[in-house]
Amino acid sequence: MGRKLLTEHINVEGIDTFEVYRKHGGYRSVEKALKTMTPDEVVEEVKKSGLRGRGGAGFPTGMKWSFLAKPEGVPRYLVCNADESEPGTFKDRQLMSKLPHLLIEGMITGSYALGANTSYIYIRGELLYVLRILEKAIAEAYANGFLGKNILGSGYDLDLHVHPGGGAYICGEETALLESLEGKRGNPRNKPPFPAVQGLYARPTVVNNVESIAAVPIIVNMTGDEYAKIGVGRSTGTKLISACGHLNKPGIYEIELGLPVEEFIYSDEYCGGIWKGRELKAVVAGGSSVPILPKELILKTAAGENRLMTYESLSDGGFVTGTMLGSGGFIAMDETTCIVRNTWNFSRFYHHESCGQCSPCREGTGWLEKVLHRLEYGHGHMEDIDLLVSVAKQIEGNTICPLGEAAAWPVAAAVRHFRDEFEWHVKHPQEAIRPGAVYPGKAVLA
Amino acid sequence: MESTTAPTKPQFSPAAQVEIKRLLTHYPDDRKKSALLPVLHMAQAEFGGWVSPEVQDLVADTLGIKPIEVYEVATFYTMFNLKPVGKHVLEICRTGPCMLRGSDELTAHLERITGAKVGGPTSEDGLFTLKEVECLAACGFAPIVQVREKYYEKLDTPEAVDAMLTELRNQVHRPILPWEEVGLPNSLKNN
Repeated sequence: MGRKLLTEHINVEGIDTFEVYRKHGGYRSVEKALKTMTPDEVVEEVKKSGLRGRGGAGFPTGMKWSFLAKPEGVPRYLVCNADESEPGTFKDRQLMSKLPHLLIEGMITGSYALGANTSYIYIRGELLYVLRILEKAIAEAYANGFLGKNILGSGYDLDLHVHPGGGAYICGEETALLESLEGKRGNPRNKPPFPAVQGLYARPTVVNNVESIAAVPIIVNMTGDEYAKIGVGRSTGTKLISACGHLNKPGIYEIELGLPVEEFIYSDEYCGGIWKGRELKAVVAGGSSVPILPKELILKTAAGENRLMTYESLSDGGFVTGTMLGSGGFIAMDETTCIVRNTWNFSRFYHHESCGQCSPCREGTGWLEKVLHRLEYGHGHMEDIDLLVSVAKQIEGNTICPLGEAAAWPVAAAVRHFRDEFEWHVKHPQEAIRPGAVYPGKAVLA
Repeated sequence: MESTTAPTKPQFSPAAQVEIKRLLTHYPDDRKKSALLPVLHMAQAEFGGWVSPEVQDLVADTLGIKPIEVYEVATFYTMFNLKPVGKHVLEICRTGPCMLRGSDELTAHLERITGAKVGGPTSEDGLFTLKEVECLAACGFAPIVQVREKYYEKLDTPEAVDAMLTELRNQVHRPILPWEEVGLPNSLKNN
């Protein structure tokens, strides 16, 4: 099993050059779309494919495209969100550095569908070398008539630019990204108006993740109906999963949605099991912001069925016994992992990355970090555990953007599933930070 | 310590000025401020790895915006160094997956052998500044250090760390400027 669509040619020598990419069927979707389809027909194919946003939220891409306001005589924009910085997620970096032309092809076909004549790839500033790879590939696309004026004689014009960020996780939030692209601090905007109505420069704008845009050429080539046949239910197509943490073979894997989680972790085709022959303790399945699940809940749903790598199966049971597919950032933790320390580390991340615009997030993430820090370092009290839950609840739903939830969910879930470990930290302050200690709690259930 | 102080009235080199002109064509005529982040990156590369207030003023001048508009952005994004730095800035990822694979130990190890401190002074020889950063998006190859555009991955053995430091020590100090390797790619669009 395991059909490869995005990464089919990823290891072909020279696939990052126009010539080799073209030889392997590259830019066919641009030819097909521009020569034989209307923009609306392209949108329709993407709708039919059932493709859901691969950046984390999982919103149907075709539907997002159809929301775009289309007043006459006003420029529209397609912006690629390449500001990948969710801990555990590192698929876009790989995709862009190895297959730059796939993203560019998606940008051209997508821009045509949306009627955009200028498009941007907003890439996180840290990825300077990827920016150069993309610029080089864009230059090749211009030189071969796939960008610029009158592409392939179709009368359609498109300019594509790469724009670097400056190191700010919040710029992965689409309205913060647009602010940043306008040369400002990355403070998320209040919504509505949504970017589809007032986005970049107050013009109608669609913001899509790298992987979503890279899927567009594949969908156009194979048709939306065919794409929708891959996967399970409303989770169609393939997905890149970036696997990391205590695995034998961390890395990026393209899976067909619907693969059992157990097979993903333990089979040799994918992660090859847990390193050093240890037991699995917990998994964060979709990037640091999604709720952590202990081993028994990540492998099986509460109903006792096999948990699958799909949007629906992973979220089965809501947040009580489920989690989210998110961005596909799959972090596995072995039995020696200290959940308190890991939760504190994530909280420090969110505190550091909060833009500071709204108080529940600015202050709340700091509270979470401080309380977790004192628990981890042996200065905590039993009340602190409920305090964490209470602070998390007060952040959730009270902020301008979803960074609040991203900070609150991991903490609430860690306490929900590993409360005994938090209590153990309070009761054994001297041992709390002993490196390599095997912590009690859910770990010993294995 | 090696002097990294920018001159009082810095000027962009001719090559940088050409690059800025190119960058400005990416945005609508009345939206020049959009080029702020790319231009700040260039300024940092050109003026010793950090952006002094004078350099920030130069950026404001170049883009025709108010200095405060540059200050508020330069202080918001973590990639811009607001103080002088050593020859190499080692950005050590400390977040979740990197921690699981030993970034705490890596940080302690690097402090010990370079003599620099995270968030503190540069090493005495002026070579290394240590900075802890949040997720570098290479979690599967943890632990990771980034030095300018280069990623050093899987630094979980002393040998791997030594190899990195030796490579950096032998590097001739010259800032790598953003436009060097790719030339002027978008100039093609006017053909």
